[in-house]
Amino acid sequence: MHQALLAIDWILVLEKVLLIAVIITVSLLVAMYETYAERKVAAFIQDRRGPNRAGPFGILQPVADGLKLFMKEEIIPNLSNKFLFVLGPGLAMLTAMMTSAVVPWSSQIVISGRTIDLQIADVNIGILYIFGVVSMGVYGVMIGGWASNNKFSLLAAIRGASQIISYELALGLSLIALLMLTGSLSLKTIVAQQLDNVYYVLYQPLGFLIFLICAFAECNRTPFDLSEAESELNFGYHQEYSSMKLGFYLFAEYVNMFVSSAVMATLFWGGYDIPFVNDASFGLQHGQNLLAILQGLSLFGKIVIFIFFFMWVRWTIPRFRYDQLMNLGWKGLIPLSLVNMIITGFILLLKQNHWHF
Amino acid sequence: MQALTKRSKAVDRKPMTFLERIYIPSIAKGMSITFGHMFKKRPTVNYPEKTRPFSPVFRGLHVLNRDEEGRERCTACGLCAVACPAEAITMEAAERLPGEENLYREEKYAAKYEINMLRCIFCGLCEEACPKDAIYLSETFTPANYNRKSFIYGKEHLLIPDPKTRPEEYARARGSRVKE
Repeated sequence: MHQALLAIDWILVLEKVLLIAVIITVSLLVAMYETYAERKVAAFIQDRRGPNRAGPFGILQPVADGLKLFMKEEIIPNLSNKFLFVLGPGLAMLTAMMTSAVVPWSSQIVISGRTIDLQIADVNIGILYIFGVVSMGVYGVMIGGWASNNKFSLLAAIRGASQIISYELALGLSLIALLMLTGSLSLKTIVAQQLDNVYYVLYQPLGFLIFLICAFAECNRTPFDLSEAESELNFGYHQEYSSMKLGFYLFAEYVNMFVSSAVMATLFWGGYDIPFVNDASFGLQHGQNLLAILQGLSLFGKIVIFIFFFMWVRWTIPRFRYDQLMNLGWKGLIPLSLVNMIITGFILLLKQNHWHF
Repeated sequence: MQALTKRSKAVDRKPMTFLERIYIPSIAKGMSITFGHMFKKRPTVNYPEKTRPFSPVFRGLHVLNRDEEGRERCTACGLCAVACPAEAITMEAAERLPGEENLYREEKYAAKYEINMLRCIFCGLCEEACPKDAIYLSETFTPANYNRKSFIYGKEHLLIPDPKTRPEEYARARGSRVKE
């Protein structure tokens, strides 16, 4: 028994637990400030100023919002399915957070002789894991809509679920072309192949475009936010929720956005690679720890740019109608990603054959 | 007025070109417009640090006037109360005692003068009706409050500061009004 306990590498467990705590905290903080950034970006685009009263430049506004959500009354409708009602937001948040487990946040830091990988789980089926978890995200939406005992919520949840599953297909297909290039499903390998190399967005521009559009649809983000539209469906599947459960749904959407941006940056834009800097020589010159910190910051910078892009598109484009949405998903994006796959395969075979037929 | 006939425009019913159908160029154009808006000057006024200038005839809070020697002008004649369409003004008159000549202009003055700000519609008819130039509407807004009772403004809220004892406040409360 003692041998079994001693055989576990406790320091590794501690490292991982600390890393998980840090990443969850950072995700929640980023989601909090995304609400602030959303309002500010929306205001600047609409020629107004956004929140600027709570703290300097309104920095404490998310804190005030969070406090307001905590202080509200927790309503659980009488005729609803109480267990599922409480489970819905929890599931949404869980799947949003679980995706962040395989993203490589930085390379490695060296502390007193121990090398710590800044990635929670380096599974060698990283991309498949992400798809599995994102598919489970449908449950959060459906359970929320069903448990509310409200016809409109159910309708909205059905629309939301069908939207998510339709766009997952195009998501997967666009990544198959990327996999043909990388040859590995592990995210760490994909980033390692892009370090100091050409980013995959230049090899797969069409694939990136399809992935981007599907990421918008997965996060229920305008122009695909029909399931939570205020004017169409009375606020959709989170209509009956109040206080922190609603807060969880909204936060889960923002955390989803954060993690989708992270995945996009990792797959197509080089992950934690610092652009225009030779990472290996920088690491030898200035030490691995500084390099790891700067790499983490550079990934963060890319994520911030993507989040800004998400918000920019939200305040530009009007919402899709449901049939336009389904048309785009099934009749537009799936054939397009198949074509992308065929072209990529063609060019790869050509390259293998030394550029002649 | 323009004539309504022969002004129809032919609607362009050509099928969309390929570039129009995929929406990406028009989306890009729209996004560049919204991006440009982020750098334009915002027309927001940072109230309450800065205020928008009002016109001199703006009808805000009521002020009970005094003359140059500091005596209250209001004689409790009741014309403003009668003119008020919302019946917001009430008053009680009192007789001026021999020692109070420097406080009140005429022998009758208003001992209690109350305006219910929740009823007032800021029409300015009381200002037009007053024969003594005793009440006018200034440039300030009514501040917010928590209960109904604190919206009934008495004489101490409405009276202008005495020009003899507090001249700068008197000048500020007069504002830019050109009277008399």
